[in-house]
Amino acid sequence: MSENTLDVRGLLCPLPVIRTQDRVKDLHPGTRLEILCTDPGAVIDIPVWCRLNGHKVLETLEQAPLIKIWIEVGEEAHG
Amino acid sequence: MSNLSVDKPRKAVALISGGLDSMLAARVVMEQGVHVEGLNFYTGFCVEGHTHAIRKKDRTRPRRNNALWVAEQLGIKLHIIDVSAQYKDVVINPKYGYGTNLNPCLDCKGFMVGRARHWMEQHGFDFIITGEVIGQRPKSQRRETMPIVARDSGAGERLLRPLCARLLPPTLPEREGWVNRERLLAISGRSRKEQMHLAENFGFHDYAQPAGGCCFLTDESYSAKLSDLWQARQSRDYELDDILLLKVGRHLRPRPHFKLIIAREEGENNFLEGYRHQFTHLRPVSHAGPLTLLDGTADEDDIGLAARLTARFSQGRHAERVQVAVAEHGLSSRMVDVAPLPSDEIPQEWYI
Repeated sequence: MSENTLDVRGLLCPLPVIRTQDRVKDLHPGTRLEILCTDPGAVIDIPVWCRLNGHKVLETLEQAPLIKIWIEVGEEAHG
Repeated sequence: MSNLSVDKPRKAVALISGGLDSMLAARVVMEQGVHVEGLNFYTGFCVEGHTHAIRKKDRTRPRRNNALWVAEQLGIKLHIIDVSAQYKDVVINPKYGYGTNLNPCLDCKGFMVGRARHWMEQHGFDFIITGEVIGQRPKSQRRETMPIVARDSGAGERLLRPLCARLLPPTLPEREGWVNRERLLAISGRSRKEQMHLAENFGFHDYAQPAGGCCFLTDESYSAKLSDLWQARQSRDYELDDILLLKVGRHLRPRPHFKLIIAREEGENNFLEGYRHQFTHLRPVSHAGPLTLLDGTADEDDIGLAARLTARFSQGRHAERVQVAVAEHGLSSRMVDVAPLPSDEIPQEWYI
């Protein structure tokens, strides 16, 4: 698995957001991160978290039960 | 908006639970031109999220995380912090004891404000905002407890409660003119009228109103399960998985040395699937039915009883015999053929 992939399958809200937040802190602006999750709430929560914190959701793919979300780290990753 | 302070813009960190009060408290301070960011703590006991995600019947509710949703309404950043490991000590050894159930509300508030104080200091913020209201909660939100939280958390005079500030002595942000005390509020009591009126004024029409708060520890049934866990293990301790599993399924303890967690519907079945390798587990095969986890130790008689109980909650409950697959911890599965246990042979005290 790529170092820019975050596997949070099996974790429930809000842990996928927390793990994403923690990973993003270590990434440079412009880096793409692939998030693998299974909690349907992540499809709502991760985009909200990205909007609040200046990151961009590039794509979301739902292949039940797997959900893949790709995000791009924004300028304020360490905020 | 105006800020009384003429020098650098002040920054406040707001504890955001996802409910109305913390949302209003943050907004009242933002109105005064203060830069506000939100903090939300994940304790493992949050009602938020988990159960809604697990149970299909709860999926009609919004699946959103309320704290994130509030932050978006307010237009502020939200930092969600996993404090589940550190929170154990609050639950296990509360200095001020529990409320009606296993809710250590006063210790919890002191803990969270204390964590917010650390965050404030690390990030160069000036003060902390909470949505506390005098008289709102019988254990943690009383006039006498307000100074305790400020003292125990170390926040002292940097803790501002905008919704009831005018009923309390002025804090540092008020005295220094970072906020105008006259524009803060004097709400007290359990009535929600003033908050709802304020929400209307701010244009907040859709907000979470969790009955009994946002913590499973205020729930009688959940607290009973946690007590049972501690009693069975003869140790007041838990892991995160333990407390997540207490939110799911029927919990029955037919014998002191084991209990069963029996899924109630498909969503719970799917959730328990993720745990089956950690437990002896049972599943009906001749009829549709629940996945059952066996927590504890069990001999052959116990396995038979667990299989009969699993069969009882399957669609074969009225059948003469039900085949149940049993996979003991670390072993491959085997079949047992049992008569479902009649419901009148399940003592009420087995239900936790």
